[in-house]
Amino acid sequence: MKLTGAQALIKSLEQEGVETIFGLPGGAILPVYDPIRESSIRHVLVRHEQGAGHMAEGYALATGKPGVAMVTSGPGATNIVTPIANAHMDSTPLVVITGQVASASIGTDAFQECDITGITMGITKHNFLITHADEIPRVVASAFYIATTGRPGPVLIDFPKDIAQSEMEWWYPESVDEYDLLGYKPEIVLDQTSIDAAVALINASERPVLYVGGGTLKSNASQQLLAFAERTKMPVVTTLMARGAFPDSHKQHLGMPGMHGTYSAVTAIQKSDLLISLGARFDDRVTGKVSAFAAGAKIIHVDIDPAEFNKVKIATVAVKSDIATALEAFDAAMAMPKNLDPWWETLHGWMEKYPLVYAPTDDPALLRPQEIIEAIAASAKPGTIVSSGVGQHQMWTSHFWKFEEPRTWINSGGAGTMGFGVPAAIGAKAAMPDRDVWCIDGDGCFQMTAQELVTATSEGFPIKVAILNNAYLGMVRQWQEMFYEERFSEVFLDADLPDYVKWAESMGAVGLRARTIEEMHDAIRQANEITDRSVVIDFRTPASEKVFPMVAAGASNDDIMVHPLQEAK
Amino acid sequence: MAPEPFLGDVDRTPVTHHILSVLVENKAGVLARIAGLFARRGFNIYSLAVAPSEGQARFSRVTIVVDAESAPLEQVVGQLNKLINVVAIDDIAPKDALERELLLATVQLDDENRGRVLGLVEVANASIVDADADSLTLMLAGTPSACDELERALEGFAQVEIHRTGRVALPRLTKTEEN
Repeated sequence: MKLTGAQALIKSLEQEGVETIFGLPGGAILPVYDPIRESSIRHVLVRHEQGAGHMAEGYALATGKPGVAMVTSGPGATNIVTPIANAHMDSTPLVVITGQVASASIGTDAFQECDITGITMGITKHNFLITHADEIPRVVASAFYIATTGRPGPVLIDFPKDIAQSEMEWWYPESVDEYDLLGYKPEIVLDQTSIDAAVALINASERPVLYVGGGTLKSNASQQLLAFAERTKMPVVTTLMARGAFPDSHKQHLGMPGMHGTYSAVTAIQKSDLLISLGARFDDRVTGKVSAFAAGAKIIHVDIDPAEFNKVKIATVAVKSDIATALEAFDAAMAMPKNLDPWWETLHGWMEKYPLVYAPTDDPALLRPQEIIEAIAASAKPGTIVSSGVGQHQMWTSHFWKFEEPRTWINSGGAGTMGFGVPAAIGAKAAMPDRDVWCIDGDGCFQMTAQELVTATSEGFPIKVAILNNAYLGMVRQWQEMFYEERFSEVFLDADLPDYVKWAESMGAVGLRARTIEEMHDAIRQANEITDRSVVIDFRTPASEKVFPMVAAGASNDDIMVHPLQEAK
Repeated sequence: MAPEPFLGDVDRTPVTHHILSVLVENKAGVLARIAGLFARRGFNIYSLAVAPSEGQARFSRVTIVVDAESAPLEQVVGQLNKLINVVAIDDIAPKDALERELLLATVQLDDENRGRVLGLVEVANASIVDADADSLTLMLAGTPSACDELERALEGFAQVEIHRTGRVALPRLTKTEEN
């Protein structure tokens, strides 16, 4: 069967089980947009290529399946660089297809040419430039294999226009052996020696902490984590990337560690004698000053990527494994710490003394961002997916939304990409049309990518957006208030510009505004009742509200600042 | 007055170096992937040599001398291993390595220096590979330290052009062999 390169690309994507592509056509990718018309794959037409990338990420984070985006060459390709970098930092499986100028024009500064494989070399797990139509099936199959196995990540395929227009005899690889990946062997053989050493450390520990990272979700290890934690009675902390991997309501859960972690989670790690890292990478936002991080603890570092071992902290025992397999091996060996009652007595003391709090208000005209999140969470159906942008609102969502299930929290961790929330929510909704999807956003973030609500309307992906509108780039404002003597610089945005209600309505969404507690409940109720359109609520919140607890940048986690309400204690 | 431009450290060979002999697939951009990885992770390369290898068109052998002080070797190897086109990495400790490098140098001759140049060729165990009336090109295939010595000796002459290949290495067959 003879196919054009364009047809072969689409057919290869179908072979890989792709159901949805987020994209936007242009000159170099034009041939591929013709066979899409006959394909079983649904194409979602975005309004900006960055939106396509973040939607693909939202899709991937909600499902665990790879997200797929397709854009044209040059500016189309550079516009999707931010989502690729974001996916690389958060190990999200993506396959991104970029059009490229014709092979003969590469290197001539042709119209809409850019060296996207060169640009993305450092922010992809791998990238390909297709040089012959016969290679299309092999490259596509390899791209999905690389993106989804081992430590997942983004893979880019650069697709010259002449290859799309040339002919090939259709074939498709039947096994990994035909992928021609001599240097990629993701299969891992569990090293029993490392398991034995880890079990010995666990058995000797009196103050262990399970430090659960995003790899636990990638490994679909929530069940194994719950079983292991309950059997051993160990306390659990979940990083920003792992929220939902362990139920927030569970009595062994201490919350999130790090710069804005809970006092109990941060301090438990500091005082632990054994830190068991499960798919976490000792990010600087978790460790604070590295030399002072968990200084008295031995470390068991479980990761599928051995390059993470000893990168930041020296591991006492490194276990090269996916998280589910390692936890099963620990269970099989009946790993069991010493009597943890004294440890829990200490932990319970911290949990009671320093819960997450915010200043209560008797003024019904004053909305606290934290209580908005609590009210939305309280009204949300089980399984509701929530996304966020990056900043104060993201931290408050992590604090005050109670995550009970894996893959219900869609956020930008390592890269900290403002504007992630709206398109990622749309991608999650595209993947999970039966779930409610909320985006808790900031006013600064919303302005970066809000135009994708047009996509949500036109493609029928109704989401709910709560803008915590404090008229500021709030996190920067918080740092300027605390560390720059209130010398506010370039952070004021204006609560009324743009008019978020009118903007929402112009994009086919319902726009609501809430300034009081009564209006808040009313708006949330309406948002939950409206299921056929997106809803945007402009919540007016005070600019002075800050995120606590907080560890100052570069400080030791021992110097955690609790909420001012708790300082006197 | 503007400060002098920062030129970085100009040491030839780091105190603690390691030799990574990396077998890579001969695919477009593979050298850029390796160089880019070293640059973005802050690993220092002291010497780099690349040539087609086993299986000719299929593979290349990249010999990288890394400064083991700029980053733990485990990190360098771990990150290199994640490059899809990297097939195998041999980490050779300097004491176990048979290291060789090629030096080519063209020296302008005059009546005053001719004798000294020829003497240097003999002492250094180099060979003359090209010559005309007033210059000669000499070659030394030897240990990096022999090349260093010859380079230093040649610096005493007025007009010299020196090119070095960067080193290649194999593990020693016997650990006691003299360098």
